[in-house]
Amino acid sequence: MKLKLDKKDFKPFLQSLIEEYDLFAPVQLVEGVSVFKKIDHPDEVDLSTPNPQKPAKELFFPQSETMFRYEKAGKKNQMTSMEEVKRERILFGARPCDIEAISMLEKVFVGEGDTDVYFLEKRKKTTIMGLGCNHPLSTCFCSSAGGDPFLRAGSDLFFVDLGEAYFVELLTEKGMAFHKNKFFKEADPKDLTLVKEFEEKAFEKVGYAIPVEGIEKRLDLMGESSFWDRIHEKCIGCRICTYLCPTCHCFDIVDEGEHQRGQRVRNWDSCLSPLYSLETSGHNPRPTCRERTRQRLMHKFNYFPKNFGQVACVGCGRCILYCPVHFDIRQAIIWTSPKRPKRFGGGTI
Amino acid sequence: MEERSKAIQDRIRDKAKELLSKKAVDLIIGFGEWTLPLRTTPIFIRSPEGVDRLIWNSFCENNLATYLHKFAQFKVGLVVKGCDARSIIALSLEKRFKPDQLFLIGVPCQRMVDRRKVKRAVKGEILRAYEQGDQIIVEGEDFKKALDRNNFLYPSCQVCTHRTPSQVNALVGDPVEESPLTETHPEIMEFEKESPEERWRFFEKESSRCIRCYACREVCPMCYCNECFVDSSNPKWIDKGPSPSDLEFYHIVRAYHQTGRCSGCGACERACPMEIRLTYLTQKLNLDVKELFDFETGIDKETLPPLSTYEMEDKQEFIK
Repeated sequence: MKLKLDKKDFKPFLQSLIEEYDLFAPVQLVEGVSVFKKIDHPDEVDLSTPNPQKPAKELFFPQSETMFRYEKAGKKNQMTSMEEVKRERILFGARPCDIEAISMLEKVFVGEGDTDVYFLEKRKKTTIMGLGCNHPLSTCFCSSAGGDPFLRAGSDLFFVDLGEAYFVELLTEKGMAFHKNKFFKEADPKDLTLVKEFEEKAFEKVGYAIPVEGIEKRLDLMGESSFWDRIHEKCIGCRICTYLCPTCHCFDIVDEGEHQRGQRVRNWDSCLSPLYSLETSGHNPRPTCRERTRQRLMHKFNYFPKNFGQVACVGCGRCILYCPVHFDIRQAIIWTSPKRPKRFGGGTI
Repeated sequence: MEERSKAIQDRIRDKAKELLSKKAVDLIIGFGEWTLPLRTTPIFIRSPEGVDRLIWNSFCENNLATYLHKFAQFKVGLVVKGCDARSIIALSLEKRFKPDQLFLIGVPCQRMVDRRKVKRAVKGEILRAYEQGDQIIVEGEDFKKALDRNNFLYPSCQVCTHRTPSQVNALVGDPVEESPLTETHPEIMEFEKESPEERWRFFEKESSRCIRCYACREVCPMCYCNECFVDSSNPKWIDKGPSPSDLEFYHIVRAYHQTGRCSGCGACERACPMEIRLTYLTQKLNLDVKELFDFETGIDKETLPPLSTYEMEDKQEFIK
């Protein structure tokens, strides 16, 4: 169903959502730094940057999450599971790359037989309102990674900023529940033309080809390649690329508290940290940055495709933008391939 | 500026070629161009043919001294600015490497350009950037703008008084004048005007954005403990999640561990993806150490930092 929302109605629309749901949207923390956060007032929403630093994955897989609490009262042990989401939620303003990543995480956390209740509960109770990406950055390469700046898959409602109004598509059952929303109007044919124009422009921007296709097979033969000896050199082993990655999903479970009461918590973890693979004996099967960098790339482009049939990268470009030593994952992908594009991005190779 | 940089770049390449040709070093670690504008990237050159990839400009913001830990088993030729060379001296006092293991190619630094500040000065994405005289020219899809580079320098670079690296093996440029552009770190001046409550609120707000990626720790040449206190599980000093008290604890202890060891290079702040202000803490500690002990990090190769040593004359007013 194709509708539109006038910009003058945008804030009242958000306000109406806040009244009924827990609304999550991009919020600027300081100039240039934003995250997805629960919104108390429509003015907090900031859509000026293409992607917040932290991806929308944290609404489903938070950086730190209490799984259950335990308490010992006399001879009784009491455990309280913490997965329940009390209020229905809306994620507004996530871009197609982040939403595609949420679908990937779903494959991991909501598998056959072994479902993660914490992820599932959040996913079930969330309606996703995606936002088309009119202005992809030069670091974006979603088209090469199997997505595109206007990919609808994963969104329940899809918004496109037309300047004066938002074009709105209702895509799923959850989305159709909004068809009687008082702020939505019927879209005109000329709105559709505008959407097409924005799409074409954005597609052109991300149109350069990074050779992601076939990477799984190429990496099959590269386990002990000298490629790994060089590629890790500049990596300093921080966790930025994994924490800010919308598809990275490793975690570490710890018990916090004491004998009488406490909680079990799971926190994001990163394969780039030496601690990640350190065994109790003191042995570390991934002793250097070389093995850890290999793990990061292999998981994304070899193991994940083997398990789930797609690469664990959506081409959002965060790891390129925020790496303190300017590691460019596109270049790493290119180096695995005989097909090499002449030039991309803003600098020179 | 770009002519001076070009001359320095040529001399870096010449020196690198010479060192690699006569096998005086195993590799050269310097700066190279990469895919993003306003950035450079650390590069590792092993053959004389590769030296033309080495570059020099106002975007060489990384402190390459941090790679000495990673390449500890090699003879390394390292391109260093004034602050980076000070980190090396501080590390040598902590006996982190053998003196003959290093060849320092010192560059008298022109002060580095704050890429985030530049990005904020224009609307739209910057696709190309270069220097012209004292200006930075930035270009995007539909704009071209010239910015005065002196208005876009990192805070740590504005206050720097040791731009010419000392005690290096080769200096590849004429020494520069050492007067700072601003007397005190601009944020410290602001900070000191405030009440303790306001200061706490500022610190609280900054550290609340921390995602515990530890980039500030990893880029810092002085953070090289085999096991950082945050990673220790026995004893466990700190929980692993982003609760405010844990984040604040991390940031306070990180700063304190730098006392008398920080060269003020600002790499920690540049690395932070959440743009947390960090140098107001470390620079303030640097000022305190100077005032209390008349000590500056990485100037003198013999004197240990005040917190690593003890003398009978040390001030002890804090013992009541």
